[in-house]
Amino acid sequence: MPVKQISVFLENKCGRLADVTRAIGNHGINIRAFSIADTADFGILRLIVNRPEDAYDVLRKEGFTVSLTDVIAVQIPDRPGGLADILTLMQEAGVNIEYMYAFVEKVSQDALAVFRVENPKIAIKLLEEKGLKIFSEEEVYNL
Amino acid sequence: MTLYWNEKCECMPRSELRALQEERLRNTVSRVYYEVPFYRRALQERGLGPNDIQTLEDLVKLPFTTKNDLRDNYPYGLFAVPLSEVVRLHASSGTTGKPTVVGYTRQDLDVWAEVMARALTCCGATKQSMIHNAYGYGLFTGGLGVHYGAERIGASVIPVSGGHTKRQIMIMKDFGSTILTCTPSYALYLAEVMEEMGISKDDLKLKGGLFGAEPFSLKMRDQIERRLGLMALDIYGLSEIIGPGVAVECPVKDGLHIWEDHFLAEIIDPETGEQLPPGTYGELVITTLTKQALPLIRYRTRDITMIQPGDCPCGRTHQKIARFVGRTDDMLVIRGVNVFPSQIEEVLLRINQTEPHYLIIVERRGQLDELEVWVEVSEHVFTDAVRGLEHLEGQIRREIEEVLGISVKVKLVEPKTIERSEGKAKRVIDRRQL
Repeated sequence: MPVKQISVFLENKCGRLADVTRAIGNHGINIRAFSIADTADFGILRLIVNRPEDAYDVLRKEGFTVSLTDVIAVQIPDRPGGLADILTLMQEAGVNIEYMYAFVEKVSQDALAVFRVENPKIAIKLLEEKGLKIFSEEEVYNL
Repeated sequence: MTLYWNEKCECMPRSELRALQEERLRNTVSRVYYEVPFYRRALQERGLGPNDIQTLEDLVKLPFTTKNDLRDNYPYGLFAVPLSEVVRLHASSGTTGKPTVVGYTRQDLDVWAEVMARALTCCGATKQSMIHNAYGYGLFTGGLGVHYGAERIGASVIPVSGGHTKRQIMIMKDFGSTILTCTPSYALYLAEVMEEMGISKDDLKLKGGLFGAEPFSLKMRDQIERRLGLMALDIYGLSEIIGPGVAVECPVKDGLHIWEDHFLAEIIDPETGEQLPPGTYGELVITTLTKQALPLIRYRTRDITMIQPGDCPCGRTHQKIARFVGRTDDMLVIRGVNVFPSQIEEVLLRINQTEPHYLIIVERRGQLDELEVWVEVSEHVFTDAVRGLEHLEGQIRREIEEVLGISVKVKLVEPKTIERSEGKAKRVIDRRQL
């Protein structure tokens, strides 16, 4: 199953990232993975947290523009060439990657990466057929 | 130097001018009553017939005409002649999607050329002049208005229009331009680029110029005169009335003579509609006295000025209006183009599918105006991919540019960035210091 990602619109100005993380931190929500995409004028903060629905509500109440997006969490062997192997398999499966980023924590000996793809459900099926380990929501949120 | 283009008209004794105005007012009222259903209804609603307007004192009985009336009768509803008599159309920005369309008969063009010839003569133009006309040619009235006035005088016109600044400077230098006509901000931009190119005002032969289509300060006038080495006069006009040439400064440089044999001016209190006496600032209202295709009764220009009491030492008897001090609506003039915030709002509403929160910021960088539109990103349009937001930004920019005809910058901002106010939202921050 896909994992829920929180996306937050941020203007490029001082302190906004701290505001977002403080808001969810105050509600006991923990960040598992994050990335920021930015242009000259604005940025998009993407978060994987342990309670995405709560984080969504908290940030909306704080006045942020927020959306929930389905992404997939894929296990990556923690060794040289590990990511390359996974990416090759994804390419072979015909899965286009919009963007990706890595988790803060490792799972046992392996790393974990988030992939935003066009159709997560189909991608998961294709990737599982290739033998990739895709993490479920519960697994990710309970890391 | 020729002082006047048409001394008989420009220096007509006030009593004669008044008699001429009253005769022309009666004709105009009668014509709109019989030819324009909109005006017939408006007069009938007030219990007025064509013979109830005899003197200038009767003017106050007549209803006002607004830009919205032109919009409601888009495109030709207020024309008083069949289209077969119309030889030219121009258009200016409307408050929303549709432009304001104006038409001219051959005689209207003749009147326009006449008033523009008077205006150009004020800044020293003669048959010998080389007139460098850097107003835009096209639907905008600036370019062709100056053009026909210049030809009427018999001067040589260089219809250079806007843009290609370096080439314009080369032309001014090589062709020996003596009169410059453009917006005041463009005049200063020309001066700036000249300096960059190492061309001094002494390399040019400029003597005079008419600068209008946007407000300009005395400070800007000083700079234009000093840096380009010419006499810079303010010219006023609006397409609804005829275009440039409704009023112009004379070399005395203290107020703009409004050509009262063609345009009847009043100043009113914009709130109550009451006429105000000379010397009091209010909204300029104009009744056309000779227009055939689109005669307008008591047209509310939304421009704030006053009628200056007293005679002018230049000898012209036509009353003067003071330099404009502002607008009664939220219209902005950006690089000579009229911009209404409602035009931008309409685009955002269409793209956003919801009430947009936006802010328009106008700044002058160097000599050129820049328009920036801040738009709050709502959940409707937010996506997690940069590409999606860049696409949105581009779409907003293109559609606004399409509507306004000038370039804009769009900046996406977080919700609640733009101040919410009780009642009317503050939509515009104009940081230009003219």
